[in-house]
Amino acid sequence: MIGSEIPALIPVTYVLFAILIPLIGLWKREIVWHLSLLGTGITSFLSAWGFLHLINTGETIRYYFGGWTPPIGIEFVYDGLAAFIVLVINTIAFLVLIHSKEISKLEFPGKKMPYYTITMLMMLGFNGMVLTGDLFNLYVFLEISSLSSYALIAIGEKRAPYASFRYLIIGTVGGSLYLLGVGFLYTVTGTLNIIDMHAMLPQVIGHSSVVAALILMVIGVGVKAALFPLHGWLPDSYTFASSSSSALIAPIGTKVAAYILFRVLLFLFGVDLIDDQLPVTTIIGIFAGIGILYGSIMAIAQSEMKKMLAYSSVSQIGYIIMGISLANPFGFIGAVLHVLNHALMKALLFLVSGSLRSKEGHSLITKFNNSYRKKYPWTMAAFTTAAISMVGLPPLAGFFSKWYLALGTIENSNWILLAVILISSLLNAVYFFRILEKVYLNDPEEESTEDTEIIENNEVGFTMMFPMAVMALGLLVVGIFNAYIVNIIFTMFPAGF
Amino acid sequence: MELTYVPLYAVLVSLAAVPFILLSSKKPNLREFWTILAGVIKFLLVLTLLPSALQGNVIELELLEIAPNIPLVLKADTFGVFFALIASGLWIFTSFYSIGYMRGHKEKKQTRYFASFAVCLSSTIGIAFSGNLLTFIIFYEMLTLATYPLVIHSESKKAIAAGRKYLSYTLTAGLLLIAAAGITYSLTGTLEFRPGGIFGDTNLTSTMAVTIFLLFLGGVGVKAGIMPLHSWLPSAMAAPTPVSSLLHAVAVVKSGVFGVIRVVGFIFGPDVMAQFGLNDILMVLAGFTIIVASLLAFAQDNLKRRLAYSTVGHLSYIVLGVALLTETGLVGSIMHISFHATMKITLFFCAGAIMVNLHKKNISDLNGIAKVMPWTMAAFTIGSMGLAGIPPVNGFVSKWYLAAGALEGGMLVPVIIFVVSGLLNVGYFFPIIHRAYFKKGGPELEGHTEASPFMVVPLFGTAVLSILFGLNPDLFFNFFDMASSVASTIFNSI
Amino acid sequence: MLDFFMGHYAYWFTMILLSVGLYGMLLKKNLVKKTIGLSIFQAGVILFFVSVAMKEGATVPVKADGLPVSEVANYMNALPHTLMLTAIVVGVATLGVAYALLIKIYNRYGTLNEEELLDKIQ
Repeated sequence: MIGSEIPALIPVTYVLFAILIPLIGLWKREIVWHLSLLGTGITSFLSAWGFLHLINTGETIRYYFGGWTPPIGIEFVYDGLAAFIVLVINTIAFLVLIHSKEISKLEFPGKKMPYYTITMLMMLGFNGMVLTGDLFNLYVFLEISSLSSYALIAIGEKRAPYASFRYLIIGTVGGSLYLLGVGFLYTVTGTLNIIDMHAMLPQVIGHSSVVAALILMVIGVGVKAALFPLHGWLPDSYTFASSSSSALIAPIGTKVAAYILFRVLLFLFGVDLIDDQLPVTTIIGIFAGIGILYGSIMAIAQSEMKKMLAYSSVSQIGYIIMGISLANPFGFIGAVLHVLNHALMKALLFLVSGSLRSKEGHSLITKFNNSYRKKYPWTMAAFTTAAISMVGLPPLAGFFSKWYLALGTIENSNWILLAVILISSLLNAVYFFRILEKVYLNDPEEESTEDTEIIENNEVGFTMMFPMAVMALGLLVVGIFNAYIVNIIFTMFPAGF
Repeated sequence: MELTYVPLYAVLVSLAAVPFILLSSKKPNLREFWTILAGVIKFLLVLTLLPSALQGNVIELELLEIAPNIPLVLKADTFGVFFALIASGLWIFTSFYSIGYMRGHKEKKQTRYFASFAVCLSSTIGIAFSGNLLTFIIFYEMLTLATYPLVIHSESKKAIAAGRKYLSYTLTAGLLLIAAAGITYSLTGTLEFRPGGIFGDTNLTSTMAVTIFLLFLGGVGVKAGIMPLHSWLPSAMAAPTPVSSLLHAVAVVKSGVFGVIRVVGFIFGPDVMAQFGLNDILMVLAGFTIIVASLLAFAQDNLKRRLAYSTVGHLSYIVLGVALLTETGLVGSIMHISFHATMKITLFFCAGAIMVNLHKKNISDLNGIAKVMPWTMAAFTIGSMGLAGIPPVNGFVSKWYLAAGALEGGMLVPVIIFVVSGLLNVGYFFPIIHRAYFKKGGPELEGHTEASPFMVVPLFGTAVLSILFGLNPDLFFNFFDMASSVASTIFNSI
Repeated sequence: MLDFFMGHYAYWFTMILLSVGLYGMLLKKNLVKKTIGLSIFQAGVILFFVSVAMKEGATVPVKADGLPVSEVANYMNALPHTLMLTAIVVGVATLGVAYALLIKIYNRYGTLNEEELLDKIQ
């Protein structure tokens, strides 16, 4: 039955296409885009299939590579959470790659083949990170995805290589710290398998190595997830990378890193052990809260749309990590739902900025004006949808993740974090309505040009519009039918809830 | 006839009109036809719910589960039907009036205007029929968003500033409401609107109760214009007058007081309110607002701003009536929702008609206009009399019950507040009437006649309604019966 | 006290390597030197893994004469070493990407000194 092979098939597909694209690209350059779509399309299909299969059977698939059973062999664990994240990231990648057709012509015309090859490698890394059940294997996939994303970020503006280099230094340190943490855990447990280690940890929890390992792993993964104050690499990288690269990395990269935090904190250590030696969740919660406010405030201060979105990512990642740190069912639901919502919203917003760059040549907020409303009515409608969802107004998706997160903070009687969620929603409103005002309203300082000058509709083409429209509709659908998704999330709970 | 789905249709009908309105943006007549058609259908749909509401039946429609254990519920109980009836009924008047006003004023972007208006009405009816707090919040936030394009309609600097102020107040309010709902949910495990409250079995500490109540009050109090949360309302007068008339005298602000009553009567319940002294908080704030708003109204020369402050004051009548926690007081409050609506909408219509016809915004310029616009000023006089509580206009009836409710609770201060504020109402309205009738008009009035019938008919219509309801509060829609039945379900629920 | 230091000398050695690496990455202005710092940092982690798998008096896990397989204590755990092979490969790849980026940066700005670079970017 192919259903049980899916955890292996998804990464294998990416490996296959990472080889196929350069080979065929040498012969026929113009079809690399189609190939990359085929690749992500297949994996999206597989992950959707696997997800449905999992919901129907309710059985976690543990795929043993080479037939070696853990703890000797490496296994892929395809449980509800992994299946969900895999589905989200592959679908988002598929949509973003559709959009990349025009962007690739404009922003990196000669580099299509390497771009799509690296994309496949990066997606391989991300999927591997999500699926693997082995801590060291996870490190390898982490580095595969990181190295690919350094390269992807470097394909961008003039300043991109420097931004990418800084990310490389910080990111590699993060990765090494994670590895060091794994080493500490290995010395006391003698296993690298997450499920196996989870079973052994209660016996060694008091050991100082375990505490050290936990701190190192959280810091290491925190760098990748851009958890405040480890977010320094993020704004420049997202800003100077090509529009399609940031649209890929922003929604997927940090989410996967946040997923690793899920795994490490809630599945590996578990709710019972996590705070045994140190109030880890409280500390993470504090940093997440500061990050949420800091990101929102910095976003308000930006005049470049991509940079604003980058800072907004810092803030939104804070939501997810806060949800994890609450370590209660509502926080978990909110965090998982926000992974989906934020992936949709951020991808959509970066796609909008990419579309604007392709048409206007810039995405400077100060230069936005109300002719955009006439020129790009649908793009702007998509932007508005995403903006309203970011602010968290019902019935769009963003409201509901905030709702569950708020319930989570209330359950822990953590009033400060509740206030943080609410205040940050207002700050979000400030930076998004600022743009909406510019786009939809006449500038009162200037004479109205509308009557004298006829502005032609200059909407972006189908390949750009389609993914944006799908995501905007997705936000509405996820919002209205979030109860269905939440009921599925109920089945993903780690032990102890 | 099967009534189960009627609340849903009533919510959706104006939403369904939006695409038609947008598509016919090039043909104004067709566009306005859709608006009016939607308005009439909506009103008729709500009207079909009236008989069952009068019998005290509750029509409940569970649409889907929006969050685990929290369904999206439309519930047409008596109170909901009551509010929906007013909002949808007055929308028809406003639609006709809008046509006259917008064309007379040669406003731009009329399509956006009519479309947003339709969304606003959907949200308002949604608020009226919300069966639980989460549904309420969803429609409440929709209303916030849909009103924004109307507030900034003129896109002048002032309007945009007003829009920002409006959003910052209402969005904050929405968030407080979400926080309050979250805490309530974690304490009670439900968010349903239940007559007599849902906190009954919960062990509440005093701090907790006060905190939750203040969060709720912050949430619904902004739209209800309770001081110090009122200041968006006078600024929002930058919107076109029909918007001020329907939204800032009926739909939006009444959603706020509707929310106050839902919170007091259906979430906390009179017993919990009294147990923790929450009604005292409400009473002090409302009493303060009534007096201060009436005094501030004196200081306004701009007619619409004066009406806005008067609205702030009258909203607090309703809130004060709720805070009395007596059945009669609540009846007065609920009736004042509808009666203040007919009176205030009349006054706003008049202000708009004067503005379009004579281009006058300030009270000091209104000398002698009654000669030019006799119908308008007659309606204005009726509305003012009503707000001051002079019979036979309907304002007298609701005030009577409010005062009786205060006496029933053995409270004298509220009665004094009602009387003083009635006098203040006289004080700030009658100079306007005096100017219009007894002062000599300037030369610029020559050549002007009464405003377009599109405006005069609706404004006179609402004035006549005010008198009719004053003579017989149960006329047509049995407002009095509905109000008493709502009050008795809340107070006799245990 | 001395025992504590001596007993954990491998840990101290790792700590020193990590600190040297961090120092290079944070304080050196030349981007190549930063990269060298990064390498030292990674080497620290790798040596840590190798050192924890070290066992006094044990030999490589290949069956030797006179050492029965049942006496596990005679053999070292080879897993950390093999893992580090992969980690070394990752480190090499990282260096490769880093140098590719440095070449790009040098081509665009003509310098690898961070201060000069930041001046030119502004």
